Amino acid sequence: MKLDSKIPAGPLADKWNNHKAKLRLVNPANRRKYHIIVVGSGLAGSAAAASFAEMGYEVSCFCYQDSPRRAHSIAAQGGINAAKNYQNDGDSVRRLFQDTIKGGDYRAREANVYRLAQVSVNIIDQCVAQGVPFAREYGGLLANRSFGGAQVSRTFYARGQTGQQLLIGAYSALSRQIGLGTVKMHTRHEMLDLVLVDGKAKGIVTRDLVTGAIESWAADVVVVCTGGYGNVFYLSTNAQGCNVTATYRAHRRGAGFANPCYTQIHPTCIPVHGEDQSKLTLMSESLRNDGRVWVPKDAADCGKPAAEIPEDARDYFLERKYPSYGNLAPRDIASRAAKEVCDEGRGVGQLVDGKRLGVYLDFSAAIRRLGEAEIRARYGNLFDMYENITGENAYKQPMRIFPAVHYTMGGLWVDYNLQSNIPGLFVGGEANFSDHGANRLGASALMQGLADGYFVLPYTVTDYLAGEKPGSRPSTDAPEFKAVVKDVNDRVARLLSINGTKSPRYYHKALGKITWEKCGMARDKAGLEGAIRDLQALREDFWKNVKVVGAGDALAPELERAGRVADFLDFGIMMCLDALTREESCGGHFRVEHQDAGEAKRDDAQFAHSAVWRWTGDGQLPVRHVEPLVYEETQLSTRSYK
Amino acid sequence: MVQDNGKETTLALRLRVWRQRRGQPGAFEEHALAAVPTSASFLEMMDMLNEQLIKEGKDTFAFDHDCREGICGMCSMTINGMPHGPLPGVTTCQLHMRNFRDGETITVEPWRARAFPVLKDLAVDRSGFDKVIQAGGFITVRTGSAPEANNIPVPKPVADEAMDAAECIGCGACVASCKNGSAMLFVGAKINHLNILPQGQAERDRRTLAMVKTMDEAGFGNCTNYGECQAHCPKSITLDVIAKLNRDYLRARVKEFFSSTGKPSKGGE
Amino acid sequence: MALTGLVLAGFVLGHMTGNLLMFKSPEAINAYAKWLHDNVALLWTARTVLIISVFAHIWAGVQLTLENRAARAGGPAVEATRRATFASRTMPYSGVVILGFVVFHLLHFTLKQVALGGVDFGPDVYKMVVAGFSSKPVAVFYVVSMLLLCLHLSHGVSSVFQTLGLRNERWRGRLDVLALAYAWIVALGFVSIPLAVLTGVLK
Repeated sequence: MKLDSKIPAGPLADKWNNHKAKLRLVNPANRRKYHIIVVGSGLAGSAAAASFAEMGYEVSCFCYQDSPRRAHSIAAQGGINAAKNYQNDGDSVRRLFQDTIKGGDYRAREANVYRLAQVSVNIIDQCVAQGVPFAREYGGLLANRSFGGAQVSRTFYARGQTGQQLLIGAYSALSRQIGLGTVKMHTRHEMLDLVLVDGKAKGIVTRDLVTGAIESWAADVVVVCTGGYGNVFYLSTNAQGCNVTATYRAHRRGAGFANPCYTQIHPTCIPVHGEDQSKLTLMSESLRNDGRVWVPKDAADCGKPAAEIPEDARDYFLERKYPSYGNLAPRDIASRAAKEVCDEGRGVGQLVDGKRLGVYLDFSAAIRRLGEAEIRARYGNLFDMYENITGENAYKQPMRIFPAVHYTMGGLWVDYNLQSNIPGLFVGGEANFSDHGANRLGASALMQGLADGYFVLPYTVTDYLAGEKPGSRPSTDAPEFKAVVKDVNDRVARLLSINGTKSPRYYHKALGKITWEKCGMARDKAGLEGAIRDLQALREDFWKNVKVVGAGDALAPELERAGRVADFLDFGIMMCLDALTREESCGGHFRVEHQDAGEAKRDDAQFAHSAVWRWTGDGQLPVRHVEPLVYEETQLSTRSYK
Repeated sequence: MVQDNGKETTLALRLRVWRQRRGQPGAFEEHALAAVPTSASFLEMMDMLNEQLIKEGKDTFAFDHDCREGICGMCSMTINGMPHGPLPGVTTCQLHMRNFRDGETITVEPWRARAFPVLKDLAVDRSGFDKVIQAGGFITVRTGSAPEANNIPVPKPVADEAMDAAECIGCGACVASCKNGSAMLFVGAKINHLNILPQGQAERDRRTLAMVKTMDEAGFGNCTNYGECQAHCPKSITLDVIAKLNRDYLRARVKEFFSSTGKPSKGGE
Repeated sequence: MALTGLVLAGFVLGHMTGNLLMFKSPEAINAYAKWLHDNVALLWTARTVLIISVFAHIWAGVQLTLENRAARAGGPAVEATRRATFASRTMPYSGVVILGFVVFHLLHFTLKQVALGGVDFGPDVYKMVVAGFSSKPVAVFYVVSMLLLCLHLSHGVSSVFQTLGLRNERWRGRLDVLALAYAWIVALGFVSIPLAVLTGVLK
């Protein structure tokens, strides 16, 4: 597998501008002769599809939801970073770049991250012009807040619904193009495979989720913006439909999958309440500004109500371990600390599967200090949401929180142009591995999705198309298309015909248990090796005993789930393998063997690279390739929050 | 199993759930669930029902859902006659079973409106909403040609009011709860979001007329001021947005009536 | 709906106010009636506007109701109402009864074709009204119809503000009270006359 990152030459700050000046163009009259497929309608997908259509290309956009507005970008709460320096607090493109690359624990590609910081300012302009109602100051100018421990206030926000407002902005741009007829929107269509002709991506095969029709679509270029794979853990903050199928299917057709073991765990989620739970709900990280995290010192106290545990029997473990950052320790560190105390048997809350997985987030001190009214003013909506879900009043008793899978930094490998190693296959947003390294900073995901969609892909895809002859795309009658359609039909038929005894959800839960236990917040060699064996066995069992009810020619949620779980099973093995071979701790990847008294120990000498996996065949383990990470202007250092 | 200090609270429920295939008439099916934890969400209860149906070798009930945290707007069930169920201000996914009683019979239906045809069981086609947005629910701005963001100051009260309207999640509960199947709350929310912002002024009248026209064509009913939409909106969007939609529509119609120059277009501009 | 409703709501208030002259003296009401009939241009302008409004109101109401029924597609099997008032849900029904009443009322007091026993009262409107309401069933029908008009107006008048975009959350409650007061004033004003005749206050 050839992994040419195509990083332009020159100083970091000039790379993107120099590169843009050299990218080839397509003349306006020729653009309508090219057909671009965009899969996914989140921030990256909607933004890219709308931009392509504005430029004059013929665009088809696909999403599995009933409307492009439902994509899971909508759930992001906190905000979006941009190096505008509106607050005059010393922010700059360089500083946003440095924060992002350090936040990623020096496992991201320098040139991509710098470009991200550069275009961040254009994103805010674009969104404001679209009517995104960002928070304002009384003077009418944009407001900012500091987020995720940043030393500057560079986060733009729209109440707690920034993702929603940004997605609706991109959706409105996309809708305008759909109304003009320049984008054909295919909702309730799921991409089930990628079609290659002469080694280039030339189309996709989809299933119409309403009619069950398997159809193929030809294009000159395919852009995949299908989000992350957090649902490989079954329980996560992702939407129910989020899946790895599009990217994993592309991987099976030859696309390298980079760093699948980089997964982000968010510390402040509402704990698991039972076996039938389907989803974990994120609570804004801002709660840690006023809440104190604790568990009982003595495991024997864990079953008691919090009020009966005296002050001197409580262990404020974040304040104890990280005196300078305390309750505001970064996401990965706070998450791991919570897991440790629960592993020691000191967790609180309901017993689920014989364990108590939760820690207290206590506002009583803040309420005494500031008064209940002030706490209500700051966090009222979050307290209401908490009560709605748990039935507990957090003004009267401490909240219970526990970490949950939130975002995945790994994804399809792409070069500087966001093109995968398959020519003509571009990948944007969370679906690629590009910008966040081993850990993502708060308010950076929205930034990356829109940067890719609005400001990178329109240029780089045009450059690729300039090299393709207009009108040269194959017809869907080509044998390559027929073969892939047959593959997809066979797979659907096989899933429907097994008629075993266990539901797709059973396998998804079983898969999640293995990945969360063994490849979650803390990983070790024996556990990962065991996980791979368990997943292989589970996969074998799945293909023998899964029961998929419903008809192939109608809305069939069980069939959809079965296909996604099947890909997650394969993918989970690759994720564990990646975690096993990365013999270091960095960002969200924590190997217990590699630590300094509880702190992650990176190994730059051996692992300053991206691991890129190549598919080798059904039932076989993928093969690892590497793209070395070259740092031209960054000094690698150790993250410490003690 | 879930235990809270040894105690487990569960409900025995009878469910009347709508079963329908696309283009065919539907009917209610009755099912019983023996032990639903009160901590489960309504959709998790539906998951449990579906898992039970799989064990019995029967087809599951199709229903729309995605984020399960109240923001994507995909979940859509009429529960005991109420879109999103008995708890005001929440979506179905945020409704928890502790709001129901042991032994209760719960009737679960799809959104009912001509503009929302049933695709299967509880899932409906809400593409009428998308068509309304496509007609005018946007501010035209080409990627990359936007002016510097702080060049257009927006007074905070205006930004806040736009945000109040922009919170709409497009779920369709307004249509489902309206005894006229009207989409005025949805359309009003979008009009209000864009029409009061300085950025939205250039297309204000055009947007209003186009969105209302498309709304009517999509088969939604008319507003007769019942107020059910506001009472069932999971984001508590108020009838104000409809009043403002009416005002802007009148304004646009009057302006349109008096604005024609009468000069025929020759094209080629 | 709102514009025609506004005209009709204004008319009923004016009509009711004129009617109250019954309580002043027989001469007052008779003089008022004469003045109306002598101003032919005014009378027929008003009548034309009213007739157009009535027909437009009915036409819009029928169309609205049919369209809305169709858009609802039957509605849910379990019907729940959280906020819609009784008045708002019964507008078509109260409307139909009021229409029936208007027809009867015109035949009764304008064309003098029914329920007056064929007596010609000439210009003595006062006597005609007293005689008309001396029939108990007729008086009761008037009273019931006016209470329905009250219901119809209470929702209709508040809706006018909404439809013309002159309402917000802050004013909603006050405007609803205003509409309700308006409806009751009109209805009680009208009802007072048959009641006064029945109880012998007017004779």
